Amino acid sequence: MYQTDQYEGMLAETVMYPGHQGQLINAYFARPLGAGPFPGLVVIHHLPGWDEWYRETTRKFAHHGYLAFSPNLYYRDGHGAPEDVAAKVRAAGGVADDQVMGDVAGALDYLRSLPYCSGKVGVFGTCSGGRHAFLAACRVKGFAAAVDCWGGRVVMSKDELTPKQPVAPVDYIADLSCPLLGIFGEEDQSPTPEQVDLLEQALKQHGKSYEFHRYPNAGHGFFYHNRANYRQAQAVDGWEKLFAFLARYLKNA
Amino acid sequence: MCTMIAQQIEINGSGKGTTGWFTLRQANISYDHPFNLPAEHALNIDFVNEALGPGARVAVELDERSARALAAAILEALAQAEHGGYLERP
Repeated sequence: MYQTDQYEGMLAETVMYPGHQGQLINAYFARPLGAGPFPGLVVIHHLPGWDEWYRETTRKFAHHGYLAFSPNLYYRDGHGAPEDVAAKVRAAGGVADDQVMGDVAGALDYLRSLPYCSGKVGVFGTCSGGRHAFLAACRVKGFAAAVDCWGGRVVMSKDELTPKQPVAPVDYIADLSCPLLGIFGEEDQSPTPEQVDLLEQALKQHGKSYEFHRYPNAGHGFFYHNRANYRQAQAVDGWEKLFAFLARYLKNA
Repeated sequence: MCTMIAQQIEINGSGKGTTGWFTLRQANISYDHPFNLPAEHALNIDFVNEALGPGARVAVELDERSARALAAAILEALAQAEHGGYLERP
């Protein structure tokens, strides 16, 4: 908790780093000033792209003491206004899971190489980024905590699989290698409450460490204060639970 | 990418974007998260020219009823044009 007599400083900037297959892509990196050591967090943006909400959220994590690193998953799709780039990716059926995992693994390596990183790194995402966060917690070794906020298509039927998403993330659940926090709205259409229940059943069956919070009167993306689906009370509580979870596994562990 | 419902068609036309008119080459139709319409999902149409970069885009986001009404109205207008002998076919 921030104290009013505490020194506080932050550096937030875009950087280049090697992502999938060593390809250089950019990322927004916000970090507290000081020698640290600070825990890290890979912040995976949502379908609407590498947008202002993700900039704000990346800085929010830095304010709470994390080296927050948000890769531009759409870097290879051209540059322009975030909405225009995201619209192009949306039309193309998204980005391939393998490519995202490569970019996330590169981000983890980047953070852990920094002299002011404690070595404890988590992964966070919302919407498609929540799905990617879950997938990364299974497929990329080295994360100490994962946060999936309303990630749809974690549980997928066979007819939903695509060349870019060839395997349902839940099918990797045996490989989940860190505690998972799930935050969901009970009125969400993707994931539906039934899909969240299926994911929870799978976590139980495999004896995984997890913590799920389901919020009534909330749908998809209820943290997004710039959207009509924002739900103030649920969002405030969700953020509190989220920061408590991250502190437990990244700061106090 | 919460629905992944997207289609792309090749088109020929003109669209007016933020910097003026440009040639349209593709239309991207999706039923997924909109950027601006206050809804979880919408029927999104992006008229684009991929060769000109992501910014060459004319975007609309419609609720389901509006999208269906638009599709029906387009077909009706074309039917009337055809009936009247106005269609210009190469």
